[in-house]
This record gives sequence, structure tokens and C-alpha cells, in this order.
Amino acid sequence: MANQNLISLEQDDRIEAAARRLQMGRREFLQFCAAMATTLGLPQGADAAVAEAVAANKRPSVIWLHFQECTGCTESMLRAEHPTLEKLILDVISLDYHETLFAAAGHQVEAARKTAMTENKGKYLLVVEGAIPTRDGGIYCKVGGKTAIELLKECAADAAAVIAIGSCASWGGMPSTDPNPTGAMGVDKVLGKPVVTIPGCPPNPYNFLSTVVHFLTFGSLPAVDHLGRPKFAYSRLVHENCERRAHFDAGRFAMDFGDDGHRKGYCLYKLGCKGPETYANCPTIQFGDAGAGTWPVGCGHPCIGCTEQGVGFEKPIHAVAKLKNIEPSAFLPRIVEEKGVGASLGSAAVLAAVAGAAAGAGAMVAKNLGLSHKAEQMEEAKKSDAKAEV
Amino acid sequence: MSAHHPAAPVGGKLFNLPVMICSLLIAAMVAVLFVRFIFGLGAVTNLNDGYPWGIWVVFDVVIGSAFACGGFSVAMLVYIFNRGEYHPLVRPALLASLFGYTLAGVGVLFDLGRWWNFWHILWPGYANPNSVMFEVALCISCYIIVMWIEFSPVFMEKWGMKVQKKKLEKVLFFFIALGTLLPMMHQSSLGTLLVVMGPQVNPLWQTPVVPLLFLLSAITIGYGVVLFESCVASSAYRMEIEMHLLQPLAKVMLGMLSVFLIVRFGDLVVRNAFGHALQPTLEAFFFWLETACFVLPYLLVGTAGARRNPARLFLAGVAIMLGGVLLRVNGFLIGYDTGLGVDHGWNYFPSIAEMLVTIGMFALEVLGYIIITRRFPVLPRSAAAH
Repeated sequence: MANQNLISLEQDDRIEAAARRLQMGRREFLQFCAAMATTLGLPQGADAAVAEAVAANKRPSVIWLHFQECTGCTESMLRAEHPTLEKLILDVISLDYHETLFAAAGHQVEAARKTAMTENKGKYLLVVEGAIPTRDGGIYCKVGGKTAIELLKECAADAAAVIAIGSCASWGGMPSTDPNPTGAMGVDKVLGKPVVTIPGCPPNPYNFLSTVVHFLTFGSLPAVDHLGRPKFAYSRLVHENCERRAHFDAGRFAMDFGDDGHRKGYCLYKLGCKGPETYANCPTIQFGDAGAGTWPVGCGHPCIGCTEQGVGFEKPIHAVAKLKNIEPSAFLPRIVEEKGVGASLGSAAVLAAVAGAAAGAGAMVAKNLGLSHKAEQMEEAKKSDAKAEV
Repeated sequence: MSAHHPAAPVGGKLFNLPVMICSLLIAAMVAVLFVRFIFGLGAVTNLNDGYPWGIWVVFDVVIGSAFACGGFSVAMLVYIFNRGEYHPLVRPALLASLFGYTLAGVGVLFDLGRWWNFWHILWPGYANPNSVMFEVALCISCYIIVMWIEFSPVFMEKWGMKVQKKKLEKVLFFFIALGTLLPMMHQSSLGTLLVVMGPQVNPLWQTPVVPLLFLLSAITIGYGVVLFESCVASSAYRMEIEMHLLQPLAKVMLGMLSVFLIVRFGDLVVRNAFGHALQPTLEAFFFWLETACFVLPYLLVGTAGARRNPARLFLAGVAIMLGGVLLRVNGFLIGYDTGLGVDHGWNYFPSIAEMLVTIGMFALEVLGYIIITRRFPVLPRSAAAH
């Protein structure tokens, strides 16, 4: 790590120059770097390192390949609305090959790719978007006369690091769902070695950008889990930080789209939300830069588990998630609590019968006591009469 | 219990019609409880979030323990006010109390959702000394133990444990004193349970003096129960009724009843709550029904001549008991509105299964009373006709 102190960068010309280049104010630029460091979960002082790296380092060359995909990852990246983010994508990195964004076409573009690869041999970043078709020799996706497999292997050979963006590149994604006619696979399977994956459909652009900035700052990729996912973004279940989690814990569930519970923002688990089995940071950094609560669950749609192999595009949306950490109690209250039933014919009859039997028995006892009392009185009267006669 | 009022077992066969009927009712209760303890409260009761307390609490515990105040009321009369002439009534009254309270204690267990945690309420680490429920639980538990000690000379006499009996009698005064103190504490606390329910209880029954009302009515009911029980026992066992004791006891009962009614209506007037009794509501109807039951004894046994008739004494005892039942049912169920008049639709009426358990509990009390009076020296010997 380079610089540890943001204040020491106060008068740094490189910072000024970087801010100017990115069409930002100096303060705005430093804020952006601090936000990146925070997203990455880096310790205090890393903000300065990020700022220095962005300002001073040579922009890393990036080669971006597209295979079996919808370009959604690129689209969402470009629609990110943090100030001048699109500029950052183009200015912080040197995007030397990108089929969607290139103005040039045909041989010209292929030549640019070759040039960049030779010039930055062993130093460029390879970003792969889309799954790789492998059936029938991989003939289902060709660019410039080369199959996706050939292209990927050629570009990956001299890359400093390979980043698979989106679920398709990470584990096959939507194209790999049954019956998977093209034999679509993730990048790691084709290359036969682990790569950094940023799954999601589309993935959050800031997770990708933070990974790139990490590489830029520290010269290495961030810590990843066993599936190659950066831990700063994919170590927690959506369920864990979900804004509706309190409703789950209290047992308040939406049972139907548009029902009372759904309107009140209750937990979507019973509508098939896959948050409890999906690792992603959607609830914390949200999506689409449209303000608070704007991510699928926040808008009232269950999480479909797009980042998770075996969940996204595979489990039906309505299917209830398999809970990975906590099971809901069977004894939680319902949304609409039963308010009790009144007297049934049977129960009223039993009560009446008991009351009748008790009243009858009481009457009999009273009658018997009364009769014996009368007899006693008559006897006493007789005795007193007899006494009087004597 | 002193020796100059010898008590004797009634004797006779144990297997007869009342015993058989009681056994059948108890069997039905056991069957329902079997389902309840395996499948939970919801499987057999009509309880819901709005009415978490049904007849198992209101009848088996609150009313059951009030009916069991005979022992307390008579003991207070004999030992505190030193009216030794009532001594022959102590043992039978204590026996009814013993069963009433023991079954009330057991009955609470049926109503506890997580009954296996029942001991938490008394365990120092779990107990909440600020809770009125804690007071009730602790006090009733102690009283049950105290009553068994108070009643144990009966068993000692039967089994010839003379030495132990003598030793016990030396310290019995302590337990008798406790036995009059404890019911005063928890009978009033049972009323406090209504106070903590706040505005959910109709103003006719929600008052700061409801603990006093419950205590006064429990003492009055205690005398009513003695009248009832003496009449029923003597008519069932064909024994002479202790009229010379019941007549003055009825007078004492009317005196207590007057104190109760003065507090009851004085409180309603002071709180300006009497208007609620004049509205055409179900609550007002039951208020007047309850009041009628409490006033009826004056008409039945108000004069010395009327008190000579055992039928009237019996009916007066029944009326007092019914009044006590209604006071408690009105407070806890009929005059109780979970929704505070805003959230409508809460409803409770006991299910057949719930009623079977409550009936079974009372049958168990009757059966226990029959067995013990027939085999142990409880009822006064002089009155035994056969």
C-alpha cells in the first residue's frame, strides 16, 4: 500500500490533474476514492492509497470480451449514475477492446486488440462477459472467425488477471439452464483455473469497479471465496441485511402479490424470495442509483437469486428458498390473526345442558330440604301440642 | 383441631352412581387433556390472541379458588374471631378448599402454552417479583402446601400417627395463621389481574378497588360454599344438618355481603361508572344478573324465621356462589374487550372440549370429597346418622 494519509495529498499536483482529467472537483474526486475504499471494506488510510493510485498509476489496459450474453452487464455499468462514473470507466482504465463501445469495426478492432495484448503483455486485465458455448467445438459463438473458446484462451494467456463479469461468465448463467443446448460454461471451467467472478444479472457495477480499483491500487485482486467471488461483496446472504428482515423474524409475510401484507412491505420469503440462499450485497449498496429502497426486494419483488448458481434461472420464482442460516419458527403469529369463533350449536347445547342439570339438581336438593324442614316443623308442632295437652 | 368435636368417617360403599358419573366425566377430561398436551391448546380450545384466557383460567382457577375459600372463611371465623362453636365446620370446609386450590394449581398447567416451563415463575433466576401473576402463583403454591399441612391431622388420625400428630399440633397455629393470611393476598391479587388489563375491561368491573371486591366476595362466597356443602352433604349422606351452626353463619355471611355491596356500589357511584349499568348492553344485563344474585340472599334468609329453613339456606348459598361466578366471568370474559372498541370481531365461547375439562375438574373435586369423607374423619361424628 502506498500513501496512508489523505492530508499529505492536499497539495499534490497529481490529484489535481486526475480530478481535472475526470472532470471532477478535487474534493469530489477524493470522496469518490474514499467511497471505493469503503465499498471494498478497506481499513482507514486506504482512501489515500486509492486516490494516489488513480491519480498517479498508468491506466491499466482492459480487454473486454463478449460471448453468450445480453450485454446487460455493460449496459448497467454505463447507466451507473455516480458522478462521472462512465468517465471513470473510460479514463481510469484504458479500455482497449470492447465490442459494444468501440466506434471502429472489423479488422481494425481485432488489430487494436492484438496491439494492446502485445504492448501490455502480462499486465492487462481481461474482463469476460457472457458464457462460453462448448458443445460441437464451440461453434455457437464466433467473433472474427474465432470461436469463443479460442478467443478466451488466446486473451487469457498473457493477462495479468481475468475477471468474469455477470452470472453467465461466472458460472454459465441463463444460457446454461437446462437443456443447455450450446453447452454454455463459465470462464473458470473453460480456462481450467479459478478467476475472479462478479456474478449477478446484471451485477452491481460498483462491485466490478471496486475490484478494478483494488487491482489498480494494490496490484492484486481482492480476497475471493471458493467460487472466486470478492468477499467484500458476496460474503453475506441477501437475507442478512435485508430491510424486510424484521418482518421475517416477526413472522409477517406477504402471501400474495398485492395482498395486505405485500402492500405493507412484509417479508417476501413466502412469495419465493431467494434472499435466504443468495450471497450478494444488494441490500446494502442497492441498485441502479435511483435512491433509497431501489433494489428488487425493496420494490416488492422477491429476490430471484441471480448471483447464485443453482438458484437463479433454475429454481422457479415462486419456489420457497432453502434457508441457509435461520429457519422461521412454526409458532410465529399470522398476518391476519384468527379472532375466535362464537358459540357453536354443540357448545351452547352442552353449556345449557350443564346449567339445566345443575339447576335441576339444585332444585331437587332444595325441595328435599324444604320437605324435611316441613316434616320437622309438623313434628315439633305435634310435640308442642302434646305438651300443651299434658 | 381440638378433640371436643370428634369427626368420623361417613363409611358406606365407594362405588355408587355419583362416583360412577364423576369417574366418567373425569375420563372425558383426561381424554381431552391427552389431545391438548400432544397437539397444543389450539387443538381443543377456542382460545385466540384476543382471549388468551378462557374458562380454564376463569372457572378452574379464578372461580375454583374462590369456591375454595370456605376453609379460609371458616378458619378466620374460628381462629381469628375466636368463635370456637363453628369448629365442626372447619374440616369439611377445609377439605373442599384443599381440593379447590390443588386443582386450581393443576388447572393453571393446562392453560400454559409452554407448560414445561411452569417452574420458571418460581425460580429465582426467572421470577419477576414485580408481576401480579408472580404474587398469585407464589401465594397459591404456598397456600396449597399450608392447607395440606393444616389438613394432615385427618390422615394422621386415620393412620394412627399419634406422636407425629401431637408434634404437628404444637406448630399448627403457625400454619393456621398463614392459612388465613395467604388467601387474603392472592384472592385480592386475582382481582389485580383485572386492574392490569386496563381499559380493556368494562368500567363496571375495572376499578382500583377490584382487589378489595374480589377479596370481600371470596370471603362471602366461602360462607356460601359452607352452606351449600353442608346442605348437600347432609342430604346426600342422610345426616342431620348442623342448623344451629348454619343459621348464625348465614347471618355472618349477610354481614360480609353487605360490606361487599356497599363497596361495590359506592365505588360505582364514586367513579361515575353507574351509568354503564343503565345502558341496553349485554354487559349491563350481566351486571344486573350478578347484582340480583348478590341481593337474593337477603330475600331468602333475611329473617331469623327464614334462616331456620335449610332449603332457603341452601338456595342462599347457591345465589352467593352464582354471584361470585358472575362477578368473575363478567370481569374476565363478558366485560372484557380486547379491541378496546376499535378492533372489532374478537370472540370467545368455550368449546365443548374446554367445558369437558372444566366439568371434569369439578367432578374430580366431588369425587375426592366423596372418597375422603367416606373414609377419613372429616364430617362431625354427632351428625352421622348411620
